[in-house]
Amino acid sequence: MSKIHVTTTINGEPAEFLTEPQMSLLDILRDEMHLTGSKEGCGSGDCGACSVIMDGRVVCSCLVLGVEAEGKDITTIEGIANGEDLHPVQRKFLEHAALQCGFCTPGLIVATKALLDRNPDPTETEARYWLAGNLCRCTGYDKIIRAVMDAAAEMRGA
Amino acid sequence: MTYLNKADLKVVGTRPIRPDGVDKVTGRAVFGADQALPGMLVGKLLRSTHAHAKIVSIDTSKALALKGVKAVVTSADFPDIPSEEAFVGEGPMNFRDLSRNVMARGKVLYHGHAVAAVAATTSEIADAALALIDVKYEVLPFVIDVEEAMKPGAPVLHNDLFTQGTTPQPTEPSNVAKRVQFALGDVDAAFKTADVIVEGRYTTEPVHQAYIEPHACVVSVGADGQAIIYSSSQGHFMVRAYCAKLLGMELSNIRAMPSEIGGGFGGKTLVYLEPVAMALSKQTGRPVKMVMTREDVFRATGPTSGGVIEVKLGAKKDGTIVAAEAILKFQAGAFPGSPVQPGCMTCFAMYDLKDVRIIGYDVVSNRPKVAAYRAPGAPISTFGTESAMDELALKLGMDPIELRLKNAAKDGTKAAYGPTLQNIGYIPTLQAAKAHPHYSAPLGKNQGRGVASGFWFNIGGESSGSVHVNEDGSVSIVTGSPDIGGSRASMAMMCAEVLGIPMEKVRPVVGDTATIGFTHLTGGSRVTFATGMAVTQAAEKVRDELKVRAAKIWDIPPEAVEWKDGMAVPAGANAGGFDPLSLADIAIKAAKTGGPIISEVSVNAQGAGPGFATHICDVEVDPETGFTTVLRYTAIQDVGRAIHPSYVEGQIQGGAAQGIGWALNEEYIYNAKGELDNPGFLDYRVPVASDMPMIEAVMIEVPNPRHPFGAKGVGEVPIVPPLAAVANAVRSATGLRMADLPISPPKLRAAFDAR
Amino acid sequence: MSSLSYTAPTSVNEAVGILAGAQGLAKILSGGTDLLVQLRSGRTKPDIIVDTKKIPGIMGIREVDGGFVIGAATPCSVIGEHAGLSAAYPGVVEASGLIGSTQVQGRCTLAGNLCNASPAADSVPAMIAARATAIVVGPSGQRAVPVEQIVTGPGRTSLAKGEFILEFHLPKPAPHSSDAYLRFIPRTEMDIAVVGVGVSLTVDAAGVITDARIALGAVAPTQVLVPDGAAAIIGSKLDDAALAKLDAAARAVCNPITDKRGTIDFRIKIAGVLARRAATIAYKRAGG
Repeated sequence: MSKIHVTTTINGEPAEFLTEPQMSLLDILRDEMHLTGSKEGCGSGDCGACSVIMDGRVVCSCLVLGVEAEGKDITTIEGIANGEDLHPVQRKFLEHAALQCGFCTPGLIVATKALLDRNPDPTETEARYWLAGNLCRCTGYDKIIRAVMDAAAEMRGA
Repeated sequence: MTYLNKADLKVVGTRPIRPDGVDKVTGRAVFGADQALPGMLVGKLLRSTHAHAKIVSIDTSKALALKGVKAVVTSADFPDIPSEEAFVGEGPMNFRDLSRNVMARGKVLYHGHAVAAVAATTSEIADAALALIDVKYEVLPFVIDVEEAMKPGAPVLHNDLFTQGTTPQPTEPSNVAKRVQFALGDVDAAFKTADVIVEGRYTTEPVHQAYIEPHACVVSVGADGQAIIYSSSQGHFMVRAYCAKLLGMELSNIRAMPSEIGGGFGGKTLVYLEPVAMALSKQTGRPVKMVMTREDVFRATGPTSGGVIEVKLGAKKDGTIVAAEAILKFQAGAFPGSPVQPGCMTCFAMYDLKDVRIIGYDVVSNRPKVAAYRAPGAPISTFGTESAMDELALKLGMDPIELRLKNAAKDGTKAAYGPTLQNIGYIPTLQAAKAHPHYSAPLGKNQGRGVASGFWFNIGGESSGSVHVNEDGSVSIVTGSPDIGGSRASMAMMCAEVLGIPMEKVRPVVGDTATIGFTHLTGGSRVTFATGMAVTQAAEKVRDELKVRAAKIWDIPPEAVEWKDGMAVPAGANAGGFDPLSLADIAIKAAKTGGPIISEVSVNAQGAGPGFATHICDVEVDPETGFTTVLRYTAIQDVGRAIHPSYVEGQIQGGAAQGIGWALNEEYIYNAKGELDNPGFLDYRVPVASDMPMIEAVMIEVPNPRHPFGAKGVGEVPIVPPLAAVANAVRSATGLRMADLPISPPKLRAAFDAR
Repeated sequence: MSSLSYTAPTSVNEAVGILAGAQGLAKILSGGTDLLVQLRSGRTKPDIIVDTKKIPGIMGIREVDGGFVIGAATPCSVIGEHAGLSAAYPGVVEASGLIGSTQVQGRCTLAGNLCNASPAADSVPAMIAARATAIVVGPSGQRAVPVEQIVTGPGRTSLAKGEFILEFHLPKPAPHSSDAYLRFIPRTEMDIAVVGVGVSLTVDAAGVITDARIALGAVAPTQVLVPDGAAAIIGSKLDDAALAKLDAAARAVCNPITDKRGTIDFRIKIAGVLARRAATIAYKRAGG
C-alpha cells in the first residue's frame, strides 16, 4: 500500500503530508510535521494530552487518522498564540501557576480554548466536566480551574 | 549567610511567572519523546507473557533476518553484574537486580518483564521483528499477594534470597527479603498501663505514580564509545550512573542530557529504557529512540507497594498515648527494595512516644519492581496509623485534633527512628486546622469530616549550582536538578534575592552531566533545599566577587565596598564618594578587572527540616451506590519558607489529589493468570477534574535555620495524610471503618450491606 | 509494509460495494474512537478501513413528521447541541453525551457505540428504551431493525457482510412522554458504565404511567429489556411500591460478570437503584 497524500490546514497554514492508513493525526503532527507540542500520554483517548481543534471541535489527535485530516482546519498548541502574544488562556495558566511538569498543559490549553470559544461564561462545574478528559497528575486541577475561570472572565471583559 | 527575616525579602515569597513557562504553554518545551536525531532507529521491547517462568531459550534469528532490523539484544548482550547495593536513585536498589529488571536473565519475574529488544528502521518493522522472536518458557507457579508470598510453600522468586534482619538468618530462601525494626522503650510493658487499646488491620493496594509522560529516551553511541543520552528522568546523573554500571562503561564516556520531564513523583528515579537503547545503539552505531506505551508504563514501571499495616495503640483516658505498635508488610515487586523502612520510620513520627515499636517486612512477589512514589512508604503506613488514631479518638470520645495535639511531636521529641526533632512545625498545623473555618463548618446528611496528619523526613545531599554574570549584567544560572515542578523559578528567585536584582534578570537552565557538577536526583523533596543552597552560595560568591571588582574599579579595598539593591556602593563616607556601580556597570568591565565573573558551588547539604501536614477532608457518601464525593479539602503544612508560594501550594494540592485517588479508586487489579488487568488510564482511575473540589493549601512557615532562606522540602508530605483523612471522613459519614483501600463503590456498598 | 488500505466512499452504493467485495477484514470508520484504539493495540487487524463520513446524509439530524432521523456518523457533540432532539428525547441525548470525554464527543457516534457491541455502551439502553430503529443498508437493500436486535453478544452484531448502519429513527414521541438515562461509574467521568439504565415512559393527564420501556446495560452479554419493570410501573404514579417492584424486576433480569469494573453483586444492586432513579427523572420530565 503506497502512502496517501493529504492536503489540510494546520494553524492557519496550508499543509501537505504523506501518510500510511493506520497513522494517527498525532503521529503525523509529531513525526512528519515536527509539531511536538501535542503529546502522547496514552494513545487511547484517555488523557487528552494530544488535544487539537479540528473544524472547531476539540478532539484527541491520537483518535483521528492522519488521512482524515484531508480538507480540515486543524489548530494545535503551536497555533494558539498570535506570534509573541500569548492567548489569554496561556497567560492565565502562567499567572496562576496552573502547570507543574507542563506535559498535559498543551492539551489543557487547547481544550480550554475550545471551551471558551463555545461557552464564554462556564460555571466551575462545566469547566471541570469539559476538561475531565485532560488528565493532570501534578496539580490536583485547582490552579488549572482558577486559570480557566480567570481567562474566561478576562475574555468576556469582566 | 541567611535570609530568614521575611520582611527583608524582595523576591523570595513573591509569585513571578516561571522562567520556562512560555515554552510550556506554547508547545516549545522539549520532553523525552520530542527528541530526534538524524538516522535514528526505533527501539522496542519484547515483554514476558508470563508472571513467572524460566527462560529456556530465545531465538532471535528470524527477527534479525527481517529487512530493516538492525539489532536484537537480550540479557546476553549485557554484562552479568554481581550483587552490589546502589545509592544512586531514591530508595534501595541493587545494581544486579536493576540489570535483571531492565532485561530478564534466566527467569521472567512478572508479566511485562523485558526479555529482548530490537532496533529497526520503522516502528512497524520493529513490531514485526518482536513477533518473530521465539522465546521458550518453562512456566512456573507465581504469587501476587504479599501475605501469600510470605507463606511457607509459596513460589520462591529468588533461590538466593535469604531474609536479612533476623537472627539467625534463615538457611532456606524465601520471598521475605528483609525484616526491619525501630523501637523506643518497652512497648509490651507500656501496653499494660493503657486504659484504652485499639487494634486494627489495614491494607492498601499498589498504586502507580501515573505521570502523564511515558518514559522516553534517545541514545547515541559513537564508534569511539562516547555516548549521549537524552531522556526524561528525575536525575540525569542517576541515568548516567546506572547506564555506566549496567553496560560496564566509564562515567566520563557518557553525557546525559536532561529533557523536560512530564511528571515523575519518584517513578523516574531509576532506568528502564536507557541501558537497552544504549546496547542497541552500540550494536548499530546509530541513535536509538525508545518510548514506552502507556500499557508498558503500567505493566513494567513503578508502582509503589501495596501493604498490610497492623496497628495497636494504647492510651490513658485523657488521651495520652502510652504505647504504639505497628507491623508492616510491603510488596517490593519482583526484586527486594520496597519502601518499608521509610514506612516504618514515618508512621508514628508525628507523635511524642516513649514506648513504640515498628516492625517491617520487605516481600517480593511476581509484580513489577516498585519504584519510589512521593514520600515512599509513608502514605501506606500512615494510612494505618492515622486510621487507628481516628478509632482511638472515637473510643475516647475525644476530638481527633485534640488527641493529636495531646501527643504531638515538638522540638526535642526523640523519634522512634533515631533523631531528635528540631525546628518542626507540626503543632502549628494542628492549631491552624482546629481554627480553620472548614473544621467547624456544618455537615449535611450522609456527609462526614475526617482529619489526618503526616510526616516526611525531606532530604539534602549533593547538589551543584553555578552563577554566571553575563557581559551585559544579566545572569545565567545552571543547576543539575531536572525541573519537575517549577524549581527553575525558585532557583532564579533565590539567586535574584542574593544579588538584589529582579528575578527576570536571571535565566536558569538545567545543565547536563558534563556542564555542571554532580547533583543527586530530583526527589526526597531536596531540590529547593539542597540545590537552592548551592545556588545561593554561588550567588553569594558572585556577589563577593562583584564587590572585589567594584573595589578595583574604584581602587579602594574590597572591604570598603557594600552590595545594596543590586549595586556596589562605597561602605561609607570614608570609602570615597563614588557613584553606585550596577551589576551591568561591573560586568562590562569584567575583562579589565580579572575576567569572567562566575561561581560554581557544590554542596552535600545537611539539615533538611522534616515536613508535617494536617489535612481536613469532607465527603458525602451515596449509601445506595457506595460512591464517595470529596466535597471540601483543606491541606495545612509547615513549609519552612515558601520561596514561590504558588508552586508550594501546587505541590500541596497535587499531593493531596494523588492521595485522594489512592484512597478512593486507584489500584492494580490482577487477574487469575497473574496479569495486570487495568494497564491504562481507562481502568486505572486517577482523579479527573470533575472528581475534585478546590484544595485549599494553608502554608505555615516555621523556617529551617539550616537553609539560607529557611526552606523545607514541601513536595512529599502532602500525599501522606489524605488516605486516612478520606477514610476517616467516610467513617464519620457512614459509621463504617473502611480499612482496605481503595474505598471503591463496590467495596463501600458491600460494607453498607454487611452492616 | 502495511497491507492496510483506506477508502472513503461518497455514496451508499459505493460503500456497500466496497464492503461486500472486500477481501479480508473490512472495518467501518465513523468516529474512530473505538477503532483507532483497537488498531493501535492490535486487537483488530483490518485489511481495509471504510470511512463512511463522506456518504451524503450520514452526518446530521433531521426532524421528520415529529420524529427524528440521526445520521449514523453524527458526532455525539452535535447530538447534544440539537435543541429539538434534546427536548423530545433528553434521555437519548444525555446517554450519547456520556460517551467518553469532550474530545471523544467530538468524534464518537451512535452507530459506533452500537456496533462496537459492548454491553456497557451508554447510548444503547437509552435508544432501546426510546424504541429507536436502525436503518441498515447492504447488498440486499435497506432494512429497519429495532436497535435491540443489532447486538448479539460482546463484540458481535447481527449485521451481515457488506451491511452498515446509515441512520437511526426515533419515533414521534407521544404526548406527555419523556426519557432518562443514568449510568454508574466509579469516578464522575472517563469511565465505562458499570451499570446503565434507560427509561422511557408516558403519563396521562392524571400522572398515571400509561406506557414504559426500560433497558439495562452492562449487566448481561447484551443490553436487556426489563418488561416486568415496565409492567410494574404502568398504571402507577411511580409510588414507592411501584419503584420497589421496578427495583426487583431490574435486578431479576441481570446476568452480569465480576470484572475490574464491578462485581456481580454490586452490578445487580446498582441496576435496581438506577432503574428507580432513572424512572423518577423520566417521570418528572414527562410531567408526572
